[in-house]
Amino acid sequence: MKIERIKTDLLIIGGGTAGCYAAITAAQNAADNKGAGLKILIVEKANIKRSGCLAAGVNALNAYITEGRTPKDYVEYAKKDADGIVREDLLYSISERFNEVTAHLEKLGLVILKDKDGKYVARGNRNIKINGENIKPILADAVKKLDNVTVLNHVNIFDFSVHNNKIDGAFGFGIENDTFYAIEAKAVIIATGGAAGLYRPNNPGFSRHKMWYPPFNTGAGYAMGIRHGAEMTTFEMRFIALRCKDTIAPTGTLAQGVGAKQVNSLGEVYEAKYGISTSERVYGTVAENQAGRGPCYLRTVGISAEQEESLLKAYLNMAPSQTIRWLENETPSKSNVEIEGSEPYIVGGHTASGYWVDTKRATTIEGLYAAGDVAGGCPQKYVTGALAEGEIAAKSAVEFVLGVRDEADVKATIKEDEIENHVAEIKKYLDRKDPAYTTEHLEETMQIVMDTYAGGIKAGYGYSENQLKLAEKEIEEIEKLTDKLGAADLQEVMYIYELKERLTVCKSVIAHLAARHETRWHSFAENLDYPEKDNINFRKYVNSRLENGKIKIILRELTAEGQKNYEHQH
Amino acid sequence: MSISIDQGKCIGCGKCHDVCPGTLIKINADKKAFIKYPKDCWGCTSCIKECPVHAIRFFLGEDIGGKGSKVHTEKVNGLVKWIVEFPDGSVKTIEIDPKESNKY
Repeated sequence: MKIERIKTDLLIIGGGTAGCYAAITAAQNAADNKGAGLKILIVEKANIKRSGCLAAGVNALNAYITEGRTPKDYVEYAKKDADGIVREDLLYSISERFNEVTAHLEKLGLVILKDKDGKYVARGNRNIKINGENIKPILADAVKKLDNVTVLNHVNIFDFSVHNNKIDGAFGFGIENDTFYAIEAKAVIIATGGAAGLYRPNNPGFSRHKMWYPPFNTGAGYAMGIRHGAEMTTFEMRFIALRCKDTIAPTGTLAQGVGAKQVNSLGEVYEAKYGISTSERVYGTVAENQAGRGPCYLRTVGISAEQEESLLKAYLNMAPSQTIRWLENETPSKSNVEIEGSEPYIVGGHTASGYWVDTKRATTIEGLYAAGDVAGGCPQKYVTGALAEGEIAAKSAVEFVLGVRDEADVKATIKEDEIENHVAEIKKYLDRKDPAYTTEHLEETMQIVMDTYAGGIKAGYGYSENQLKLAEKEIEEIEKLTDKLGAADLQEVMYIYELKERLTVCKSVIAHLAARHETRWHSFAENLDYPEKDNINFRKYVNSRLENGKIKIILRELTAEGQKNYEHQH
Repeated sequence: MSISIDQGKCIGCGKCHDVCPGTLIKINADKKAFIKYPKDCWGCTSCIKECPVHAIRFFLGEDIGGKGSKVHTEKVNGLVKWIVEFPDGSVKTIEIDPKESNKY
């Protein structure tokens, strides 16, 4: 294996929505602050043209301050949806930027629906309608035009280089070019997204990857941070998507776009019975099924021919499977769309799981900033929130690079033996012949354990303390077995590291679920030992940090109402 | 749900391989693309949009109710044509103007 050392000023890990926008902002911001020569490197395990959540496209911007509304309205909405467990400072900072980043995207080429006066057409209170099929190529093109930004595609980063709680780089390998990379950087932005594939999916057979969230987002950013002792928050607020059955396609376009109501098999509209927050919509659907009134549907029968034609196109631009399903069976005007809850995910762009950051998106590891789904405390980000966080993290990281450290600080901080140890581990997997288990087998086992004992689909999303104890024990057993895996090539080595990342995240999820002794969000965290909400003891953030190999739970008080700035306490 | 690649049509340009968000498509010794991990496809259709010779088809797996239709896209006069070939031989084409927004 070839070994390549790279030095850069700012390393961005993950070239999805947040990562690409961080690069665009950092390049501009550095130039504006006498740092035009600042070197920026994006490392992406796929290709920034179509990587991350927006590979297939998206057809609405779900977070926009529409006419007559204010950023405060958005903060209030997100806060209510998460029943208080949010960081208002973080929510304010994205809400205040939604419209500015949207304008920038439009300038870069995104098509947004306008009325005859040239104003964006709102969908409900917070959404605007777009043609976002090419949103990722648009961002990638903008990145490619920047002279001081280099992109390394098909390189998988699997570990940070951290010394004395300061980050000075990262380690990775090329999936296609047999090269090990040791990258030294003055600051790092982590933008690797959330974690899919922890739980058994809806359809675990041939279509196991037909899931809500990108199956290639494995929680790498969370896992690397957890292992290096970063403080994490709210992993117990899992996200479960209410989706079109089997295709796992979005339901928002049906519910909000054509006003389709959630109905049970008796035709009764049930959503009002359970509430309309994101988690309550899932919970109501589970409850109706358990009461024998399933399956549940979005009532689309009777929509106009024009609406139907538009829906077929809208889904082709974001979730083509659904359009094909309609064409192969019955179209939505003739047949209601069956819905189901997905398996749980950990994703900071929808719920509040992720790195515990300050308002500038600095993590508790010096020099490491987080943006997008990997950053916690700030749910309901969607596309524009991910862009806004990319911008905030980039400005903070550039300021850090330009102001705090001089060149001497990063002179060969990565030692030869650190590289040798990593390379030896990779070789160990490549050299192993006839391993007893395959990575695929252990991944499936992990998903079954989480499904059964940590509140997956099979368990109706509920769990008890005794079940979680079993989950923890079995995940630790699987973790030991990963040491004995083998790989034919570097892509398979990547699969081993991804499995290990997921297992690390699973352990944090289990510890967080066990720590919140209440049920604040039905389905998302359905604690069967504590079925009620406990406002006296749990209007708090559940945070955690790895100390001497053990997950230490830290309960933190909520920040004050209206607080717009938060700094880490040392 | 996954894709299939017609190696008779494939010209080995590698664009599908380059863009797949899971790096699931590889190029064989004959310089033809093939999907090495069909069960790991997310169904994003990025590869289909890249293919200059329309060699890639998207389909829904039987386990999620697929009926065997094959789908691809072609760009014609600035429009994106989605072409669905049904098992009975019939074809439906849906044209999308990339300059037009979703209306719902």
